[in-house]
Order: sequence, then C-alpha cells, then structure tokens
Amino acid sequence: MNLDGETNLKLKHALNVTSFYSSAESLKEFRAVIKCEDPNEHLYSFIGTLYFDCQQYSLSPQQILLRDSKLKNTEYIFGVVIFTGHDTKVMQNATDPPSKRTKIERRMDRIIYVLFSTLILVSFIGSLFFGIETNNDLSGGNYTRWYLRPDKTTVFFDPRRPAVAAFLHCLTGLMLYGYLIPISLYVSIEICKVLQSIFINQDQAMYDEEMDRPAHARTSNLNEELGQVHTILSDKTGTLTCNSMEFVKCSIAGTLYGRGMTEVEIALARKRGEQLTEQAPIDASESKKSIKGFNFRDERIMDGKWVSEPQSDVIQKFFRVLATCHTAVPEVMGPDEIMYEAESPDEAAFVIAAREVGFEFFARNQTSIKLRELDPTSGIRVDRVYELLHVLEFSSARKRMSVIVKNPENQLLLLAKGADSVIFERLSKEGRAYEERTKEHIEKYSEAGLRTMAVAYRELDNDEYKTWEQEFLKAKTSVSADRDVLMDELACQIERDLILLGATAVEDKLQKGVPGCIDKLARAGIGIWVLTGDKRGTAINIGYACSLLRHGMKQIVITLELPEILAQEKEGDKEAIAEASLNSIKLQILKAKSQVTEESSTEFGLIIDGKSLTYAMDKNLVNSFMDLAMRCATVICCRSSPKQKAVITRLVKSVTGRTTLAIGDGANDVGMLQEADIGVGISGVEGMQAVMASDFAIAQFRFLERLLLVHGHWCYRRISMMICYFFYKNITFGFTLFWFEAYTSFSGQPAYNDWYMSCYNVFFTSLPVIALGVFDQDVSARLCLKHPLLYQEGVRNILFNWPRILGWMFNGLLSSIIIYFLTTNSITGPAFRKDGQVADYSVLGVTMYTCVVWTVNCQMALSINYFTWIQHLFIWGSIAFWYIFLVVYGSIPPTLSTTAYKVLVEACAPSILYWLTTLLVVIAALLPLLSYRAFQIRFRPMEHDRIQIQRRRPESTEYDATQRRLSESSEARTSSELPSEVRIRIDNLKASSKRKN
Amino acid sequence: MSLCPHMQQRLFSHQCVQACQSLPACKPVLTPGWVVEIVDRYDIDCVPESSRMDKVSYIRDDSIPKNCSRFMKVHKYMKAPIYIYYQLDNYYQNHRRYVKSRSDKQLLDGQKYHDTSSCQPVESNNNRPIVPCGLIAWSLFNDTFEFIREGAELKVNRKNIAWKSDRGHKFGKNVYPFNFQNGTLIGGGKLNPEIPLSDQEDLIVWMRTSALPSFRKLYGRIEEDLDVDDVVVVNLTNNYNTYSFGGKKKLVLSTSSWLGGKNDFLGHACVFVGCSSLTLAIIFMLLHVKYRRPYGDTSYLPWNRKSFSG
Repeated sequence: MNLDGETNLKLKHALNVTSFYSSAESLKEFRAVIKCEDPNEHLYSFIGTLYFDCQQYSLSPQQILLRDSKLKNTEYIFGVVIFTGHDTKVMQNATDPPSKRTKIERRMDRIIYVLFSTLILVSFIGSLFFGIETNNDLSGGNYTRWYLRPDKTTVFFDPRRPAVAAFLHCLTGLMLYGYLIPISLYVSIEICKVLQSIFINQDQAMYDEEMDRPAHARTSNLNEELGQVHTILSDKTGTLTCNSMEFVKCSIAGTLYGRGMTEVEIALARKRGEQLTEQAPIDASESKKSIKGFNFRDERIMDGKWVSEPQSDVIQKFFRVLATCHTAVPEVMGPDEIMYEAESPDEAAFVIAAREVGFEFFARNQTSIKLRELDPTSGIRVDRVYELLHVLEFSSARKRMSVIVKNPENQLLLLAKGADSVIFERLSKEGRAYEERTKEHIEKYSEAGLRTMAVAYRELDNDEYKTWEQEFLKAKTSVSADRDVLMDELACQIERDLILLGATAVEDKLQKGVPGCIDKLARAGIGIWVLTGDKRGTAINIGYACSLLRHGMKQIVITLELPEILAQEKEGDKEAIAEASLNSIKLQILKAKSQVTEESSTEFGLIIDGKSLTYAMDKNLVNSFMDLAMRCATVICCRSSPKQKAVITRLVKSVTGRTTLAIGDGANDVGMLQEADIGVGISGVEGMQAVMASDFAIAQFRFLERLLLVHGHWCYRRISMMICYFFYKNITFGFTLFWFEAYTSFSGQPAYNDWYMSCYNVFFTSLPVIALGVFDQDVSARLCLKHPLLYQEGVRNILFNWPRILGWMFNGLLSSIIIYFLTTNSITGPAFRKDGQVADYSVLGVTMYTCVVWTVNCQMALSINYFTWIQHLFIWGSIAFWYIFLVVYGSIPPTLSTTAYKVLVEACAPSILYWLTTLLVVIAALLPLLSYRAFQIRFRPMEHDRIQIQRRRPESTEYDATQRRLSESSEARTSSELPSEVRIRIDNLKASSKRKN
Repeated sequence: MSLCPHMQQRLFSHQCVQACQSLPACKPVLTPGWVVEIVDRYDIDCVPESSRMDKVSYIRDDSIPKNCSRFMKVHKYMKAPIYIYYQLDNYYQNHRRYVKSRSDKQLLDGQKYHDTSSCQPVESNNNRPIVPCGLIAWSLFNDTFEFIREGAELKVNRKNIAWKSDRGHKFGKNVYPFNFQNGTLIGGGKLNPEIPLSDQEDLIVWMRTSALPSFRKLYGRIEEDLDVDDVVVVNLTNNYNTYSFGGKKKLVLSTSSWLGGKNDFLGHACVFVGCSSLTLAIIFMLLHVKYRRPYGDTSYLPWNRKSFSG
C-alpha cells in the first residue's frame, strides 16, 4: 500500500469558527453540514464546505487528517469522520504492489516446460514400447510370456487391448519420471533466498552507524536479480545528495555574502585545474560549533554586524522574509535552543539561517508569528509579532510561496520566495534594482551546484488587500473542481509588483562515498541514469561532482531552450510549438547519434531535460532516442517529473529488455521504484515512503556498490548454479529410472525401493545444494569489489544462458547413462561375491542408487568454489547418511523394508565388487565434467576463474615483475582517466588528517 | 589371491639356476581371469529332433519324459567349490506385474495371513489362499540337474544357496506349501508340502527376483575339484517352458574369486576409463604446449586489454 509515509510534521488546524469547540460538552450543541467531493486518491487536495450557522466555510487539506496520521504537539482533537475504509484517500491510493519476478525465475519456468515436455516424451516412448511388448504377449492365439498369466490379467497389462494398456502406462510413466521435474527446487530456492536475505541484512559493511540502519532486503525473491543489473536509474536529491540542506551563501541587494566552497565548487575547480588557496578559512571556522543546516561564514553579517553594512535595511528585510515566509513550526527545546520542524529541509535551512543572523523565529500560532530580532537603532533584541493573514502555499506548479502579514507597524506586507524565473517575472519596475546582479549571482550559484531561491516582498495597499481578500475567501469556500485554479489565479493577482531583495543558495551535500561508488559501478559496466527535477546546470554539476560525467567525456545536450523554439513560444501557437519542438528534438537526436557512431572511442554523457523528454518519448522517436541513450555511458534527465521518471524506467526496461534498478528516497520516486525490476529505497530523511515501495532498503547510496557487486554477484551465481545443478541431479536420477524401465519391457517397474526414491530429494541431495545456494562464493568480497568487471558475468547472464543450462542437462543424461550401463554390466550376470551369490533386483537398485548419490554429490564438490566445514559436512554427510539410512532401513522387519532388508549389511557391503563398481562409476561419471572444466579454466577462463588463478598463484620474482609493470601501467591509465576523482579523494584524506591534528 | 599350481611347478624348475630367487614366495594374482566358467546352452538341444518344429507343445506334453544328457569338458582346472547356476535369457522377472505378485506377509506367517490380494492373479484356489501365492512362486523353475564324472555321481550341495536373511526372516519356519500348484493351470515346479518354506531354498532363490531379463540363479555347489580334461555328464530334466517366449536356458559351472564370478566388463571398463583419462591428459598437455600462457598472467585479464572500453 502506498502510504504517504513521510514522517515530517504537517500543519493542520481547525477552521476558526469551530476552533473553540474544545470540550465534549460544547460539541453537544454543534450542528453543521459538510458537503465535499467524492472519494478520490489525491492526497494533497480536498474540496469541501462546512455549512454552519447559515454560513459557508471552505475546507482545505489543512483541515483534513489523513488516515493513519499521528497527532503531535497536541493531546487530542475533536473531528468528524468524512470517509472510512476504502473511501479514504490513503486506501484510494493503494495500487496493487507490482509482482516482481526475476529473470532467472522466468527462465526457470521455461526450463520446467522443457522438462515437462521431456517427461511426456519419455513417458510416451515408454508407453509405445510397452504397448508393443504387451501386444506380443499374445501371438497367434498363444500366450508367450506365460509366467505373467496374460490369460487372467487386468486392464493394465491386457494383451488383447494393448492400446488401453499403453495409455494407462503413460500415466504410470508420468508418475515414475516425475523426478525429472524438481518440485523441491522451488522449496530449496525459497530457503536459500531467505538465508541470502539474512546475509544482506546482517552485512556489517552495509550498516550505517550514524542512522543505526542496516541494509534491509524487504523481499527475498529478487536477490539474484541484483547480480544482473544493466542500468541504474537514480534519483538525485536524497540519493546522490544527502538532502540535508545547508545555507551557504546569499546575495542581498546585489552583494555576495558567504565564503567557503562547496564540494561541487571544489570539484569544478579541480576540473579547471585551479589551485585551491581558500582551504584555510574553512578549517579555521570549523573550530566553531557547527550547526546543522547552516554553513554560512561571513564576518560582515554574522554576530549582528549586518547593521553596519551599507544596505542594512535590505538585509533586515531579506532575513525577515526568511524568518516569516514559511510553514515551519518551532519547538523550544531549552532556553537557547529552538528546533524547527519544516515540511522541506530547504525551509528549515532558511529559518535556521535567519536565527543565526539574528532573526529568531520562536513561536507560531494560527494567526501570528513571533520573532525575536535585533533592533538596529537601539541594539537590543526585541520581540516582534507579525499578524499572519494568509499563507499562499508552495506547490510545484507555482514554484513559489508567499505570506501576507501585518507587521507591528500595521503595515501590510506580502513576503515571497520562490524559483528565480517565477519571481523575476513578477517584479515591479522599481523592484528591479538588483535584478541584473542577482541573476548573475544565481547563475553562479547554480553552477556551483547550489539550490537557489529568489526573495522578494511587496507592501500592500489596504484597500487593494481588502477587495482581494473578499474574492479570495469566496474562492476558498467554493465547492467546485476549478477551485484550485481560481485560487491560483487570485494568488497571482496579489503576487505581483514585487521588490527583489536577493537570493539564497543552499547546498545539497553529496552523500558520503558517492563518486567512488558511481565510478565502481560504471567500471562494472552498469549504465547509470540520473533522473532529477533540478535545473540543467545543477544536474550537470552534480554529475561532475559524483564522477558521473568525467573528464574527457563528451556531453550531448538535448534541449528545447533554443532561440527558434523560444521565439515560437512567444507567439503562443501551441500546435506549431509542438511540431517545431518535435522536429528540433528529432534533429538533435539524429545529429547526436551520428556523432556517437563516428567517435566510438570516446565516452558520451547525454543530458536531456524533461520537456524535451516528452517529445523524445514520442512513438516515432523513442527507439532512436533509446538507442542513443544506450550508447552513452551516462544519461542525465533534468527537470523531470515523478511520472516521467516512472515512464522512463518502463521504457528502459522494455527497450533494453535487461534488468533495471531504480534507486530513490522520496515519495516522488515511488513510481520509478515500482516500475523498475528492482527498487532500492534509501531510508534517508525524506520519509519512509520510498522504502515502503522498495525491494531493498539501504541507508546510503554507497552501499549500492556492495549490494550489487558483492551480494548481487554472489546471489546470481548461487541461484543460477543451484538451479542448473538441481536439474542435473534430477535428470541423472530420473533417467536411470528410464534406462532400467527399458530393461523391464517398459512395464513401469522402478529401479529402486520406494523409500529410496522418496528420500532422494529430501535427505541425500538437498543439503549440499542449499549450502551451495547460501554459502558459495567464487571470489571473496574484497576481490569482487576490486574487479568490478566480474559483475558482467551477471549482466551478460553467462552462468544461466541456454547453452549452459542444456550443457548441465546433457551432463545429467550422460551421468545417468554411465551410471546405469556401468553398474548393470559390472554387477549383474555372474556372481558378485566370493560365495557365488548373484546380484538380484534389490542389489542392483542399491548399487545404482549408491552410484547416483556419490556421483551427484561429487559433482557438487567439483562445481562449488568455496569449501567450508559446512560444505564438507553436507556433501560427505549426505553420502554417509545414505549408508546409515540403508543400515537402519534394512534392519526393519522385511514385511516393511521389503527389498531393502539387510541388503547392505548382508549382501553389498561384503562384496568387493560393489565398492569397486561404485569407485569406477563415480570416476567415469565425473570425467566429462572434470575434463570440460579443466579445458574451460585453462583455455576459455571466465572472469572468476581468472581472478581465482591470479589469487592462488604463488609469489615468484618473474610474476612480481610483470605484476609491478602491469600495475604501473594500469595506474598510469587510471590516473589519466580519472584525475579529478582520485585527486579529490587524496585531498580529502589530507584534509581530514589535518583536521585531526 | 591364489597361488596357481602351474606357477609352483615353474618356480621349482628354476630352483637350481637361481637359488636365491626360489625362496618360498606368494604371488598375489589380482585378476578375476583365473575364474573358470563353463556355459552350456541346452534349451534347443534337449528337445528331440522330431519336436523341434513345435517346441511349445513338446514342453507342455506331460506324457513325454524330458530327460536329457549333456557332456561338459573341463578345459581348466576348477577348484572347489564349483557353483552351479542356471541362466535364463529374455525372461522378465523384473516385470512390474510379476514383481508385485507376491505376499511377504504370507510367506512369513502362512495361512494366518489371509489378505493375498497382492498376489493377483494367483491368489487362491477353492476359496483358500494358495501358499505361497503369487506369480513368482507359481512360475518356479523346475529343471533338475545331476552330475556324473567318470561314472561316479558328483555330490551337489544344495543347502545354503539362498541368503541367510531370507531363510531366517522372510520365509516362515511353520509355513507349509500344502496347496501349492493344485490349480487348473500349473505354472512351474512343485514343492514338497512336508518341508517348511524356510527350507525350500530353490523357492527362496527363485523369489529373489532378478534385476535384468537375463539372469543366473544359484542351483547348488559341487564340492570336489574338477581337473583338466575331465568330462562331466549332466543328466537333466528339461521341464521349464521358455520356448513360448523364445527364452534361452543355460547351465553354468563356475568357480569364483574375491571379485565373484567371471566378469571381464569391470576390467575393460577400468582400462577404458584409464585410457580416456590418459588421452585427455595428453591432449591437454599438447594444447598447453601449443598455446603456452604463463599461469596467472594478468595481461590476459580483459580490463588490462587495450581494446577494452566501457
């Protein structure tokens, strides 16, 4: 269920008219009618009207508590239930969680079909021959095999009706060869996956100490899919970046404030090759107690010094806007400590910044906001109360928010903050004094990867406000579908003629280890797409900062911000714009494609914005666009909406047909997470909604590296090996039954005692497979990370392609032939013991079964790469258990144990031939795989073989020399390819050691 | 292990030449090749020429005596015990209908156990369960063999030819085949109703169903050595019908070694597996020499190859 799981505080309050009904007594007299919309799934809108005292009051989401809300800062409320059960918004939002199955499982289904066809075929062949044999029992009116009494027979063996007998035999055959279809495989796989998930959950290297959060596999059935990821689609905010906003810079009245450099700036500077000289001031200010969300260093403003700045009144207004224009709620923790609960971390950063500068917001109620601020004239801190009249809320469409307040001087003020583009077009003529320079600064900020916001205000005329308010209230109370539109229009009316104050810059910090992780993933051959709502510039800069875009990579930018399109947009003919845009995108894609084909040696990064994307997703264009995107190492989609994210994910999935992984942390990523083959949620600050919709939850982006390269690789390997082996062992077993049946004139007689057969999949072969599925690892975790290319085994599906599967099946068939024919020829016929006894049905059954158990378990020992005492215990234990079983079962009275009675103790064990046959058969049956493996490791080694060989190789001088030479050359190569990333890391290390000192 | 008398003689003759090498020695002979086996197929030859056209009616005609004499020449010295087997070919003792048609409980408890439904279609006669019931018992092999060497009868030990566990725990000591083969259609051999089942070793051997359609079953043991060029006359009664389904009947005399009877297959298989391993080893060696590559050379790793990209 898609809960709006964001755990941040949401401001809800009653209507003013009903707010005084605060006791059960007073509610007795309360009579009102609510008219509202039909149940729907929009969480953030509600249209309704309360009829009370012959008056209409509009109801908004502000008055609505969603199902599952928790009260905070208040003990209790009185309320009216509007919708219940499935009518609630939350339940209306519930979409069925997508059922995800892995590619391996889907292929496994197809293998089962193949096996099922084999089963039917084998049964049919058996029936055919059985029919012929049965028919021959009656030749020329005489019964041939008189010892079967064909004259007094049942329908199953009736030579007079061989067709019926053959048909019924077919059913017997289906039962008998049912072992070809490993039903226990599903159970074993489930067990393995659950245990694998436990390993993922318990992995210390994926445990985040700060947050006290381990990785969490929320579903256990996608483990092996982690090893096959072809494309990663990542959200930016909160995923690549921390989503802990820090107020770092601002531009007030055209003056830049705030020193210090952001990580992005450092990276950019490296890119340009500039030497950094400003390291010292940051370190100096580091000594001061750091405040979360605030990283602003400027002695001109801090500690009340802004008063002496030339434009101090603008500075005052600027911070007043930051301190009042928000929806945050203060929480007084102590005498000097105030925490803020805000809907977005940006907002919290603003309020904190205002507090640090000296405009402390400390109390809020429904109608007022209280600030404690410095009076520039007297120099003392005074409390000022701003009467809050209206809040025009932020929405992604409006891209701005504003409040209308009345200050203690009885001035009516409209305070606004919002995206620069929106604010700039609403400035009055006289308010544009700092426009040019602020624009410049905003450009600079966004280049540095900062999130910018313009701040403006307006003094309102009393009359104008009065008339506006009336209309606004009317719109607010209206119950109609276009109420929102109406209110937006009215908000537009008042939000004009603004006076620009300046702009803020908030840093969205990169998460720890992101560049290194992305670099590793890229080297593992995984394509990475970043889908973000940010501006192009910000996105590109973040791309550089986290080494998504690297030095020497060519950028391809597809955009609609071209002069000719912009010109057409001004004309306003929508159809013409659409057509022109489509053509333009088409041209750009084709051009880029030819460029990519020409310069095939260079890496490309594709950057496309959301608007262009809508055209690129056009039916005719989508294929060539995806083709282009697939050839680029990195794709960045900026300005994309949540829905676009999901659509892109679906497209990538369907066009490439490969495994996609989506990673994100916010509610806007839910669609993407559900759409992708694997959704990885980051349990960060943006609430738990993404985690709820995800398949795996990790605390930090950098854990993705280990999740994919180590756990994914292992799980993929384990499960695919396990399935192949399972088919192998069941085919080996099933076909020995078939060969034997062929020698019983296809009468359906099994080669083994019933209990041997029932125990095959349960006791003698199951545990080693499960051990393989849980513990096997081709190379250690350290080497997995060291050789990211190993991951390509999973992406290319080398371990589970059809040749390999069929190879294992063929191996099973071969084993069964070797086992059956070697056993029967060695042991039956002449005496098999010194005392002249001959091997009968029960002895042959035991010998064959012994050979099967040995062969199958030794094959396992040959195929696994990782021997611990558990593997030894399970493999040799299973074989030993077979003998124990025989002894125990054989000592039960013969009416129960039938053919197994004392068969090992009395008949087989004293026979040397029995043991020799076992040895010979096992060696002969292992020979094909052994020689194939030897050949393959020696001449066609796979990645893991190479790494294993390399690791096992003993030290030698010659080897050392080559190794050194190689490592030198590879180092040289790496440093030329990834200079910025490596150097940043080195510098970071240096810096941190300096700090420690 | 066996020390062949032939070898002893040779050693003896060399004694005077190399005294030091003639010390008492025991040469272990690890091959089952020393097992001597005589196989004689008699199912066609024991039918008179006149009846060869219709062997089935010959074998079914109870009025004709079925005696027959065979001559077996011993080519190699055979040391006692010499095992006597009868071998049947193309006889499906492992047919599902046949295998199932028995009652282990009845074999152990006799008439006390009434439910003989598993013995279909030979379960009862005159509303009384047949003891022992079932197709297997009903089709009991009933050819008999007598061995004469140089006019004197060779003693055949027919005790202890069945598994001890079968005698002790599967076939009852107080179960007597009082109404066996009394029905309208008589299949194979009859049993002496005076002897309990646990002592009817022919039946016990027969009831251990064979694994494959071609099988041998132990008939008895000759506990005297047979010398080279001895001629053994076998007086047999050819009662059992294998003609209707084209099965063969053979009489086998065989000694045994530590590996059991004469079976060349295991040896051949060992040689074959060994040879193929050797061949593979040589092929690998040649390939290794031809495509020499230092073990663990990292330059072959794909990420160290120049052509690698992405």
